[in-house]
Amino acid sequence: MMWLTWRQFRWQAVTAAAVLAVLAIALAATGIGLSTRFDQAGLSTCHSACSSLATNFVRDLRGTPYAALFFGCIILLYLAPALMGIFWGAPLIAREFEAGTHRLAWNQSITRARWSAVKLGLIGLAAVATAGLLSLMITWWAGPIDRALNLVGGSPSFGGTRMSPVVFAARGVAPLGYAAFAFALGVTAGVLIRRTLPAMAITLVIFAGVQFLVPNFVRPHLLPPVQATAPFNANTANEIMISAQGNANSTDNTMTVVGDFSQPGAWMLSNKTITPAGKAFTGPAGTTGTGNSTPQQCGNWLDSQHLRQQVTYQPASRFWPLQLIETGIYLILAAGLGLLCTWQVRRRRA
Amino acid sequence: MTAAIEALGLGKRYGRRWALSDCTLSIPAGRVTGLVGPNGAGKTTLINLATGMLAPTTGSITVLGSKPASGPEQLAKVGYVAQDTPTYAGLTVEDHLRFGAHMNPGWDAALAHKRMSQLGIDPKQKAGKLSGGQRAQLALTLAIAKRPELLILDEPIASLDPLARREFLQVLMETTAEHEISVVMSSHLVADLERVTDYLIVLMSSRVQVTGDIDELLATHYLLSGARRDPAALPAGQQVISARHTDRQSTILVRSTEPILDPTWSVSQLDLEDLVLAYMGNTTASVETGHKIMEEQR
Repeated sequence: MMWLTWRQFRWQAVTAAAVLAVLAIALAATGIGLSTRFDQAGLSTCHSACSSLATNFVRDLRGTPYAALFFGCIILLYLAPALMGIFWGAPLIAREFEAGTHRLAWNQSITRARWSAVKLGLIGLAAVATAGLLSLMITWWAGPIDRALNLVGGSPSFGGTRMSPVVFAARGVAPLGYAAFAFALGVTAGVLIRRTLPAMAITLVIFAGVQFLVPNFVRPHLLPPVQATAPFNANTANEIMISAQGNANSTDNTMTVVGDFSQPGAWMLSNKTITPAGKAFTGPAGTTGTGNSTPQQCGNWLDSQHLRQQVTYQPASRFWPLQLIETGIYLILAAGLGLLCTWQVRRRRA
Repeated sequence: MTAAIEALGLGKRYGRRWALSDCTLSIPAGRVTGLVGPNGAGKTTLINLATGMLAPTTGSITVLGSKPASGPEQLAKVGYVAQDTPTYAGLTVEDHLRFGAHMNPGWDAALAHKRMSQLGIDPKQKAGKLSGGQRAQLALTLAIAKRPELLILDEPIASLDPLARREFLQVLMETTAEHEISVVMSSHLVADLERVTDYLIVLMSSRVQVTGDIDELLATHYLLSGARRDPAALPAGQQVISARHTDRQSTILVRSTEPILDPTWSVSQLDLEDLVLAYMGNTTASVETGHKIMEEQR
């Protein structure tokens, strides 16, 4: 059974190995240059107040091939599980149904349960290993950038920090969970639909949906977010926006202010400015102290309102706990789908 | 001796349609059994139930004394050549033999290689590039080289040209005789089965019409023709399978263990094809008759 699995899979395996090898060479070659820049920026020997050094390091990287490779790797780690689900998972059993070869395979001296378990187990393992190697190489390569971004508190030109949703899914162990899940999803779609192309399409749609829903609606709550309040300071505010409707002096005008909250590397989930009464602050933004005044006067007025910032966030220290929990969830989902497949195959269908 | 296949009240329903219903039969071991019936009669359903590809809706089926596909030992005992003889198009003939060796503990590699070289099939050839006849031979080789006790073939020759058909049946007969394998083989072409089978099952409209040893069936069926008369007036030992009447003449197919003594009949014997067609020809009358005959045989 192992022989058959390997014989049917060997070209896919060779392709994956080739991609990994090419990437390994590219990352090894550029990784050295990246570490050198990190050292030259003084970051490897810096122990306190390193954020300005890090800011310089990150700024200097903008527009270089390193930045392109940084995002290229993220895209690759997003694509890899999906591709493995589509091209390894979906056809695995659907193709046998389409060609009728399941009737050949299921009448050898091996039970169907074992047939599907070996296929699922071995190729699933290959998918997880491929994603693991990819993530290991990329996490290592991006290490200097990730560390610098953590010190700076994130840079929009590098997708934030490794805690921000874009980067999080392309680091650490999470890609292993995604690969296992995408593969099992593909196999399940193939077993249920029994046709390769529709199974591939369904796999892509469902996997993309899950990858959208999890970071937006599930990951923020995997651990209870930290809540904090702090006095609002207009001098350091990130955003002061007045929405004037017609008359700039009208007291009907509202304003939105977002204060700065210094938590380097944290994943900010919400940042609201509230009045002493506990309501969301919306102004007024008319002549009542602000309308015709200078920005300085406006700021002074805001500071005199005793506004507070209410923030919820996942601190940077939770990177690994969140990674492990999320990976665990995906692995459990994958195992469940795997059992469903084997059960479906065992149920007799000609 | 255990029966090769034993079915009791076996039925399979797809949605509201019964593909096979109330099938009770016992196929003896050591025989080459032909499973005959028109397309859609339930042949493939019966075979899928016997190989464990399907689970029955009602009743039960045992193959060589156990539930079909119940474990590796049971799977090893049954060789199966599915309809359209599926093989892995991208794998070579040699790969298929390796596949057989890896998947079956009782694999007879010498037999498999001998068969391929006798047939002049290049082991380096991809299965997808083989002719229909060669592919069928490869599928048959895979089924035989696992050294099963029972070989089940589902319309293995339906898609082959006459020459390949003859060659396939010849190889089948040689190997099964040599290794003393029981064979159950379905076809809608009686002529193909006539040469190779010695036991017959006729399926029609999802029901078993008749089962029995072919020589015995042929020896006990008579076609009577003579002046018109009522079939009910025939002696009790003569079962009417089918009857046709014109204004003045009656032609009646009867089954009788006794010779026909009435001199007013002109009596003729049937060949297998006539016999099968007679059972397939009138379903309503023969459903009951068929069951009666089966009951008698056990």
